[in-house]
Amino acid sequence: MSKATIRIPTPLRSFTGGAGQIEVEGTTVGQALDVLGRRHDGILERVLDADGRIRGFVNIYLGESDVKTLGGLDAPLTGTAVISIVPAVAGGVR
Amino acid sequence: MPEATGSEQRHAAGAGLPTLRWSTSVVAELERRASRGYPHEVCGLMIGSQTSNETFVARVTEARNLRTDRLGDRYRLDPEDFLMADADARRDGLDVVGIWHTHPDHPPKPSQTDLESAWEGYSYVILAVRDAGVAGIRSWRIDGPHFREQSIEEAIP
Repeated sequence: MSKATIRIPTPLRSFTGGAGQIEVEGTTVGQALDVLGRRHDGILERVLDADGRIRGFVNIYLGESDVKTLGGLDAPLTGTAVISIVPAVAGGVR
Repeated sequence: MPEATGSEQRHAAGAGLPTLRWSTSVVAELERRASRGYPHEVCGLMIGSQTSNETFVARVTEARNLRTDRLGDRYRLDPEDFLMADADARRDGLDVVGIWHTHPDHPPKPSQTDLESAWEGYSYVILAVRDAGVAGIRSWRIDGPHFREQSIEEAIP
C-alpha cells in the first residue's frame, strides 16, 4: 500500500467538506479513488461513470501524467503519490 | 444560448451569487492577452480565493487551446496547463476559482457549448473581442441548469 494525496478541484469540494486534498492509501489509482468515494459520499459519481470508467469531462493525473497513458485506473501507486482530479474545461462562441 | 439568455432576464445580475473582485491590473492583463489572441479564442484560468459571497481573482494564467481545428469559435483548455496552474496556486495558498475565455466578434454571453461544459462552483469570465480590442467583460456562474451573471467589482491597483 502506498500513501496518496488526492487533489480535489474547487467544484467538487462540496463533497469533501471544503477540503482541497484528501490523504488515502492504495496500490492503484482506482483503489485510491475508491477510498475517496467511501469516505465522501457522492464524489465518485462525478468522476467515474456507472461502469467505473473515467468520465469524459474529467481527467485524472498521477503526478504529471494523465493516467490514460499509464494504464488507466490500474496505474500503480509508488512512493508518495499525488493524484489530481482535473476538470475538463471547454466551450466556445457556438 | 436561449437558456443563458432567459436566465439572465429573470434574475437581477448577481443577486444571490458571490461578487467577482479583481484589480485593474488583473483586468489589464486579461485585456492584453485577449486582444493579442484575436481573432482566435484564447482561454486561461483565474487564480484566487472563493467564499460564499466573493470570488477574488489574484491573477490570471493563459492556457493552450487544444481545439486547433476550430480556433475561431471553440476552446478546450489543455489539462496539463490546468494541472500546473493548480499546483502553483496551491503553493501560494490559492485555488483555481474560474476560467476565462474570449468570444471573438461575439457578445460576452455564454453559448450552449459553454453551458454544456460548465462546472458549478467556477466563475466563467467571457471577454468579447473585436479587431479594435476588448468590447465587453462579463462573468457567469452555473446556478442549477442555467448560467447567471455575476457582479464584477474592480479595485485599484
